[in-house]
Amino acid sequence: MAQSCNRQYTYDVIVIGAGHAGCEAALAAARMGAETAIFSMNLDSVANMPCNPNIGGTAKGHLVREIDALGGEMGKCADKTLIQSRMLNTAKGPAVFSLRAQIDRRSYQREMKHTLELQENLDLIQAEIVEILAENNRITGVRSHLGTVYKAKTVILTTGTYLKGRIVVGDVVYSGGPDGLLPANRLSDSLKKFGIELLRFKTGTPARINRRSIDFSKMEVQHGDNTIIPFSFEHETIDREQAPCYLTYTTEQTHSIIRENLHRSPLYGGIIEGIGPRYCPSIEDKIVRFADKERHQVFVEPMGLDTEEYYLQGFSTSMPEDVQIKMIRSLPGLENARIMRYAYAIEYDCINPLDLKLSLEFKSIEGLFSAGQINGSSGYEEAAAQGLIAGINAVLKIKGEQPLILDRSEAYIGVLIDDLVTKGTNEPYRMMTSRAEYRLHLRQDNADARLTPIGYKIGLINEDRYKKFLMKQQSISKEIERLKSKTVPPSDKINKFLEKHASSQIITGIRLYDLLKRPEITYEALREIDDVMPDLPRSFAEQVSVSIKYEGYIAKQLQQIEQFKKMEQKIIPEDMDYNKISGLRIEARQKLSRQRPASVGQASRISGVSPADISVLLIYLNARWKRGGKQ
Amino acid sequence: MNGLLSDTIGAISTAVGNAGISIIRLSGPEAFSVAAKIFRGKGSFYEYPSHTIHYGKIVDPDKNDVIDEVLISKMAAPRTYTHEDTVEINCHGGYVTASRILDLLYRNGIRPAEPGEFTKRAFLNGRIDLAQAEAVMDLIGSRTEKSSKVAVSQLEGRLSEKIDKLRRQLVDMLASIEVNLDYPEYDFEEVTADNCALKIRSVYDELKDLIEGFDYGKILREGMEVAIIGKPNAGKSSLLNRLSGKNRAIVTEIPGTTRDILEEYVNILGMPIKLIDTAGLRETENEVEKIGVSKAIEVMDSSDLILFILDANSGFEQEDADILEKIRKYHEKTIYVVNKTDKKDEDKLNEIKEKIPEVLEISVLEDSGINVLEKEIYKFVNKSNFDTDNQVLVTNARHKKHLQQSLADLERALYAINDGMTMDVVSIDIKSAAENLGYITGHEVSEEIVSSIFERFCIGK
Repeated sequence: MAQSCNRQYTYDVIVIGAGHAGCEAALAAARMGAETAIFSMNLDSVANMPCNPNIGGTAKGHLVREIDALGGEMGKCADKTLIQSRMLNTAKGPAVFSLRAQIDRRSYQREMKHTLELQENLDLIQAEIVEILAENNRITGVRSHLGTVYKAKTVILTTGTYLKGRIVVGDVVYSGGPDGLLPANRLSDSLKKFGIELLRFKTGTPARINRRSIDFSKMEVQHGDNTIIPFSFEHETIDREQAPCYLTYTTEQTHSIIRENLHRSPLYGGIIEGIGPRYCPSIEDKIVRFADKERHQVFVEPMGLDTEEYYLQGFSTSMPEDVQIKMIRSLPGLENARIMRYAYAIEYDCINPLDLKLSLEFKSIEGLFSAGQINGSSGYEEAAAQGLIAGINAVLKIKGEQPLILDRSEAYIGVLIDDLVTKGTNEPYRMMTSRAEYRLHLRQDNADARLTPIGYKIGLINEDRYKKFLMKQQSISKEIERLKSKTVPPSDKINKFLEKHASSQIITGIRLYDLLKRPEITYEALREIDDVMPDLPRSFAEQVSVSIKYEGYIAKQLQQIEQFKKMEQKIIPEDMDYNKISGLRIEARQKLSRQRPASVGQASRISGVSPADISVLLIYLNARWKRGGKQ
Repeated sequence: MNGLLSDTIGAISTAVGNAGISIIRLSGPEAFSVAAKIFRGKGSFYEYPSHTIHYGKIVDPDKNDVIDEVLISKMAAPRTYTHEDTVEINCHGGYVTASRILDLLYRNGIRPAEPGEFTKRAFLNGRIDLAQAEAVMDLIGSRTEKSSKVAVSQLEGRLSEKIDKLRRQLVDMLASIEVNLDYPEYDFEEVTADNCALKIRSVYDELKDLIEGFDYGKILREGMEVAIIGKPNAGKSSLLNRLSGKNRAIVTEIPGTTRDILEEYVNILGMPIKLIDTAGLRETENEVEKIGVSKAIEVMDSSDLILFILDANSGFEQEDADILEKIRKYHEKTIYVVNKTDKKDEDKLNEIKEKIPEVLEISVLEDSGINVLEKEIYKFVNKSNFDTDNQVLVTNARHKKHLQQSLADLERALYAINDGMTMDVVSIDIKSAAENLGYITGHEVSEEIVSSIFERFCIGK
C-alpha cells in the first residue's frame, strides 16, 4: 500500500505537475508497474491547454504519432476530443505531412483526468509541492505545502510555466500562473538550494472573444478534411461532425494603433525580461520587425463545442487592456468584439536543459528527472513527448536498467531531447521538421514501424496491439512484394489508363511497382488496372505507397543513418577527465567537462566543440581503448 | 597520456640554404624551460617579458660549450602563432650552426617538428580555421612565387568568402522552402520548382568553375607533371639536367642507362614543373629495363604534358615510329622536340619533319632552342587563361572533394525537381550541398536554416 496514516507516504515515482508532460510521465510509470503519484495544484486544471486548444501541426503532429507508437496517451485523448482535423502539407511530400486538430479543451481535460483516475498504480493528488528532498545528491522525496512528506525513489519535475509565474498585461504586473491559475512560488528556491541553475523564459497568450460578437461573414472559413485521419495507430477511423475555423487579417489601422502605443508595451518598455521565442513574437513584435508586411494573418478558432469562446491565433500581445480592445476591433469581423479573456505575457522559471542527461535525469541529482516546458521547450506535444520519456526512464532507473534513449535517427522525440540536452536553448524550443536530419525516415506514417517494437519491449504496448502491429507490417511488405512481381502488358487498356493520368505510355511490359514510382500515378489509381489489389486500410496503403515512391531517397537516408550511428556508438566513459586531454582547446575542455556527453556523436553537437576537438578526442579514446584492450 | 600537443616541438623555420640568418622555432609547454637551460644572456630568461627579443649565447649546459651568439625572442601563450608558449632563436646562417643548436634542443627534450606541425597546432588550438590551416600547409609546400600567391589569397579567406557566399545562397533558398513546409498555414510565397531549379543552377555553375580551377590550383601547388619520352639516348636525361640545372641523371653514351624513373622539380618561368625522365621506350628483353619501360607508359598516361624527344642525328627510326603510335592518343598534350641539332644530319632531320611538321628544334649541348621550349611549356600550362591575380583557386584535395560532393548533391536536386519530386525531398539534397560547403568553412547549416527562417519570415502565435 502506498498510503499510510502517519503523514509519510512512499512511492516509486512522483510527478510534480499534471500538465501534458506530467500526465504522460505518470501514466507511463504506472503502466510499467511503478507505484506512482501525480500532484497538481488544482485538479480542475489537469491537462489544460492555456493557449490555443490545438494539437499537432508540422513536426508536432509527428511527435503525437510517436508518443502513440510508444504507448503514450496524447494521441488517443486528442482523437476522442477533436472538433476539427486537417492533414497539412499534403502537396509537399510525405516527410512533412502533418496532422493538426482543433480540440475541445474541456473535453480533453476531462478525458485525460478520468484516464489518470482510472489508472492502476496511480494516485492523482491535489497539492502544491514546495520542496524536493535529497540526500547525498540522491532524491528521496518531496514535501507539500501542507508539510506532508512523500517519499519517492524518483521524482519528475513537470511544472510547466508555473514556477515563479509572473503575468504581464501592459503596465500591470502580478504574480500568477497561466490561465488565471496560481503560480508555484516556493519550489524554485528549493531547486536553487540543490544548485540547480534556473533560467527565465517568456511566452504569451492571445485574447478570447465571445462568438456572439464576431461577424464571420467578413472572414475566410477553414473547414476540416472530409475524412478524419486519427492520431492514434489504434484508431482506424473517426466519424464526427467538425467545427469550422476562420481567418482574418490585420489592417493598416491595426498597425497604426500598435505603433502609436508601442511605448505602452512592456516588451518595449523593459518590464519583461524573460527571453521570448523568435518563432512566436507578439503582434507588436511582428509590426516592428516586419514593418514592410502589409497584413498579418489572424486565425479565429473555437475553444470547444459547449463554449462561445474563440481564440485569436497570431495575435498574442502584452499591451494594456484599452489598447487590446482597439487593436482587436480593427480586425475585419471583430469590429464589435467582446473580449472574454485579455491577452497576457507570462514569465517563468525553467531549468537549463544542459544540466540533464539524455535520459532527462539531472546529472547532479540522481533520481530527479525533468520534462516539458520547465526544460525550456514550448508546446503541448513537446512537453508530452518528454514526459513520456522521463516517466519511462524513472521506472527503468528503479529497475536498474539502461535508460531509453531515442537517437536523432529514430524519432523526433530523439531530436527534441538531444537538441535540448546537448545544445541547450535560449528561447522556448519549438519542434520543426527542419530540425530533423533524417526527415524522410522520421515520417508520421511510419512512427509505429519505428517505435512500437520499443514500446512493446518496455511494456507500454500490450500483446494484442503488438500482434496487430506485426500483422500490419507483414501485409505492407507482402503488398510491396506483390507490386514488384506483377507486370502489366503494354495493352490499350494500360496505355489509356496512363494517358488519363498524364503519364507516358509504355511499349513493353512494366511492373506495377515501377508504375507506382511515377509521381503522377497514385497507389489508389492502380486499382483501375489491378483487379486483384487487396483492400488495405488507408494507413497500410499510405506506407506501401511512400515506401515505393521514395525508395531511393529513403535508402540513401538509411545509409546516412548508419554513418551517424557509428559516432553515436562511440561511448565516452562517464569518468572521463577532459583536462587530461591536452590537445583539446580550453573552451572545448570546459564545455565537455560541464556537459559530459554520452558519446562522441553527442560531443560533436555541443556548441564550441570543433571538428578538430573531436579528432583529438577520438585519438585519445582510441589510445585508451587500445590500452584497455576493449572498446 | 597521449603525446598529442602535450610535448614541445622545434625546427628550423627558415629555408635551408645560404641565408644570413636561420631561425629556430620552439612551441609547446617546455619551450621556456628548455630555452632557459641553454640560453645565457643578461638576466634570467624566465623574467623576460613576453614578446621581447634578447641578445645572448647558446651554451651546451653539459660541456659549457658556446655554440653561437644569438638573438632570442620569447612569446607567451596565447598571443602566438600556435597559441602556445613560443621561442624563436635567430642564429648565424648556414646549416651547421643551426643543426648544432637543434641537436642540443633535441637532447634536452624537444621533439623534432613534423612538416607543417606548427600550423597544425595553430589549427588544433583554434587559432585559425580549417580552410586557413590547409592553405598554410599549401603555402609551406608551395614551391614558387605564383603558388604562394594562390596560397596567400586562400589564407586571407578569399576561398572561404566565395564558398560562404554560395552556402548562404543555398541556406536562404532552404529557409524559403522550409518555412513553407513548417508553417503551411501562413501565406508565405511558395518556392516554385522552376524558381528553385534556376537558383540551384546558378550555384551549380559557380561551384563547377571552382572545381575546374582545382586542377590548375594543383598544378600551381604540386607542379605540373611533364614526362620526357623518347628512344634510348635521344637526350632525355640531358634535357632534364639542363632544365633543372643539375647533373642529376646519369648521362652516358650507352643507350638505356636511365632505367628507372627520375623526377626533378624545376622552375620554368615561375611555374613549378615536375619533370619525369623515363627509360627509353623500346621493346627490351632486359628485365630491369622492362620495368622502366612499362612505367614510362604509365607516366605518359598520368602526366599533364609529354615531351617527345627525337634525335636529329639518327633520324626517324622504327623506335620513333613505335613511340609515335603509342603517343598518338596523347597528341593534345604532347610537345614534339628534336634534340642534337648541333650534330644534325639535314636529310635525317627532314625525315623527322616530314612525319612531324610542328617539331621544335633544340640542342641541349649548344643550349639553343631551350628558351623557346620553356615558353611552349609555359604556354601549355596557361592555355586555360587563368589569371592567378583575380581567380579564386582551390588547391586542397579535401576542399575539392567537398565541392564535388556539393556539386553532385545539386545535380541530384535538379534531377529530383525534374522528376516532379516533392519539396521535402528536393530540400534534402540542397541541404546536403550546403552542408558540404559548410564542412570547408566550418559552418553548421541546420541551425543557420532555423535562424534564417525566424529572421526573414514573420511567424507568430
